[in-house]
Amino acid sequence: MYKIAVLGPYDSIYGFSTLGLDIIPVQDAKTGAETLRKVADSAYAVIYITEGLAAELADEIEKYKEKMMPSIILIPGISGNTGAGVENVKKCVEKAVGSDIIFGEK
Amino acid sequence: MASTQVNPTRMELTRLKKKLVTAVRGHKLLKDKRDELMRQFLDLIRENMELRLKVEEGIKAANANFVIAKASMSNESLHTALMVPKQGVYLEAGKKNVMSVDIPVFEYKTRTADENDIYSYGFAYTSSDLDGAVKSLADVLPDMLKLAEMEKACQLMAAEIEKTRRRVNALEHVIIPETQESIKYITMKLDENERSTQIRLMKVKDMMLEQAHNYSDKIQGYPVEIETVS
Repeated sequence: MYKIAVLGPYDSIYGFSTLGLDIIPVQDAKTGAETLRKVADSAYAVIYITEGLAAELADEIEKYKEKMMPSIILIPGISGNTGAGVENVKKCVEKAVGSDIIFGEK
Repeated sequence: MASTQVNPTRMELTRLKKKLVTAVRGHKLLKDKRDELMRQFLDLIRENMELRLKVEEGIKAANANFVIAKASMSNESLHTALMVPKQGVYLEAGKKNVMSVDIPVFEYKTRTADENDIYSYGFAYTSSDLDGAVKSLADVLPDMLKLAEMEKACQLMAAEIEKTRRRVNALEHVIIPETQESIKYITMKLDENERSTQIRLMKVKDMMLEQAHNYSDKIQGYPVEIETVS
C-alpha cells in the first residue's frame, strides 16, 4: 500500500489535502532536498512537486528518474506555470531519440 | 586495424569467429528491441504530453478557484476547514513489463467508499467558492495519477532506449568491425605462415635432392655432353 505526497510551498498545495494526499509544506530548497529524500525513501509511490521547488531540486530529482519508485511529477504552483513540466517531457524525447522531433516545432 | 594485439593462432581465430556470430546476432536483436521500444515510446510520449497539458490546465483552474475561495474567507477559517482531511487516497502499485522495461501500474483506492466524499468541513462557515475549488481539484486527480504512471513509464523507457541505442552503436561501429578486422588479420597471417612453410619445404626438398643426386654437377656437365654429340 503506497501513499501520495505533494511537496511545495503551503499556499500552492493546501488544496490537495482535502483529496486525501499527504501535503508536505517545504519553504526553501535546503530543507526541500532533505525532505524529498526522506519522502522518497518511505512508502510514497507518487510525489507531486511544484515546478518552482523542483527547479531548485533538479539534481535530487534526477536521481530518482531511473528508479521505478517513486514517480516524481511536476505540477504548476500557485504562481503559475513555468513550463518546466512540459520541458521535462521534451527532454525525455531528446534523451530517447537524440533530438526533439515531436514537440520541437511547437 | 588490429589495434589490440591478437595472437595469430587457429584457436584465437575460432574464438573470434564465434564472437562475431554472437555480436551480429546480438546486434540484430538489440536493433529490433530499440525499434520496438521507440515505436511504443513515441505513442506513449504523445499521450503523455496531451495528459500533462490537460492536468496543468486543470490545476491552474483549481488554483484560481482556491485563490477566489481564500479571498472570501479568513485564513484561519480556511485552514481549519482543510485541517483534517476526510478522504484518503492509497495506491496499489504493480508493474508491467514492456520490452524488458518494468513500468509501474498504479491503482488507486479511496478510504471512504464514495470518491466524492471530499469536503472535510461543514458548509456553514465556509464560502461556497471553496466547495467549487475542492471539486475542481478532485476532478483533476484521476488524470494526475494517470500522468504519474505515464510520465514514469516515459522516463524509464527513454533511459532504456538510450542504453539500447548505445549498445547497438557500439556493436555496429566498434565490436563488429574490430572483430572482422582481427579475423582478417589472423587469416592472412596464417595463410602467410602456410605459404612460408610450403616454400621452406620445397627449398629443403630441393636441397635434399641436390645432396642425393648431385644435379648441379650433371646440369653443368650437360651442355658439354650435348656439344660433343653434335
